[in-house]
Amino acid sequence: MNIAEGDGRMPNEASDVLNAFRHGDMDAFETLFRQHRRAVYGWILRIVRDAATADELTVETFWRIYRAHARFEPSRGFAGWARRIATHAALDWMKSRRVERELTTEFFAEPASAVAADEAVSAEIRRKTAMAFGRLPPKLRIAAVLAVIEEQPHKDVADALGISIAAVKLRVFRALRILRKDLEQQGIRP
Amino acid sequence: MNEHEPNNIENDRLKKLLQQALPPIKDELDPDHDLWPAMLRRMDEKPATTPWFDWALLAGLIGLAAFFPTAIPVFLYYL
Repeated sequence: MNIAEGDGRMPNEASDVLNAFRHGDMDAFETLFRQHRRAVYGWILRIVRDAATADELTVETFWRIYRAHARFEPSRGFAGWARRIATHAALDWMKSRRVERELTTEFFAEPASAVAADEAVSAEIRRKTAMAFGRLPPKLRIAAVLAVIEEQPHKDVADALGISIAAVKLRVFRALRILRKDLEQQGIRP
Repeated sequence: MNEHEPNNIENDRLKKLLQQALPPIKDELDPDHDLWPAMLRRMDEKPATTPWFDWALLAGLIGLAAFFPTAIPVFLYYL
């Protein structure tokens, strides 16, 4: 799933809705909210990995979007702009609190997703890996969760974070290096 | 420099381990309830007011700058 399609524009978005939103029209804002809330929520959930937090940050994201309506440029499309604001809202949240507990209790406990847990990798190793990941600096963790875990294209991650592709690769590299060192200190050699 | 530099295979193993510890969320996702009411509540919230002592501090600083302009560089130095 991608919030932004192609170049970040949504061809089905009526330009008058975008223009009305830019002028602070509440109905236009509600229309955009309903069109994009699912994509914004999904993007945030991939970062924070907690449904309640994703709810909260989706509202926070659209609140920031509404406040910034006068700075919105309709020609650049809404989806990519919304994703960038969502990413920064999630990053602010990560900076404001430690997510180690959420990572381990919420998602490690129920890994019922696409990648089945490898029987050869013990639950203890997975738990320690999740905890080590939660200890990464937020800027590195957000790049790694999007690029490595969620396998989003580097360009999309770069656009969302407002940095270059090279910077994304560097953050991922640093994240993996720190993670490897942390795990090795715990006697785990991935 | 004898620190071991991980190769691509080792990095791939680490990425795989990471995905097993924190499985990717591949499915289409949707909030399980309508967030619009929460959005409206958020928009109705009054913005946080600035405490009176912040205004007093600001007034004091402006007064200081007005009566003792030479103090401005000193103040900026300690910022």
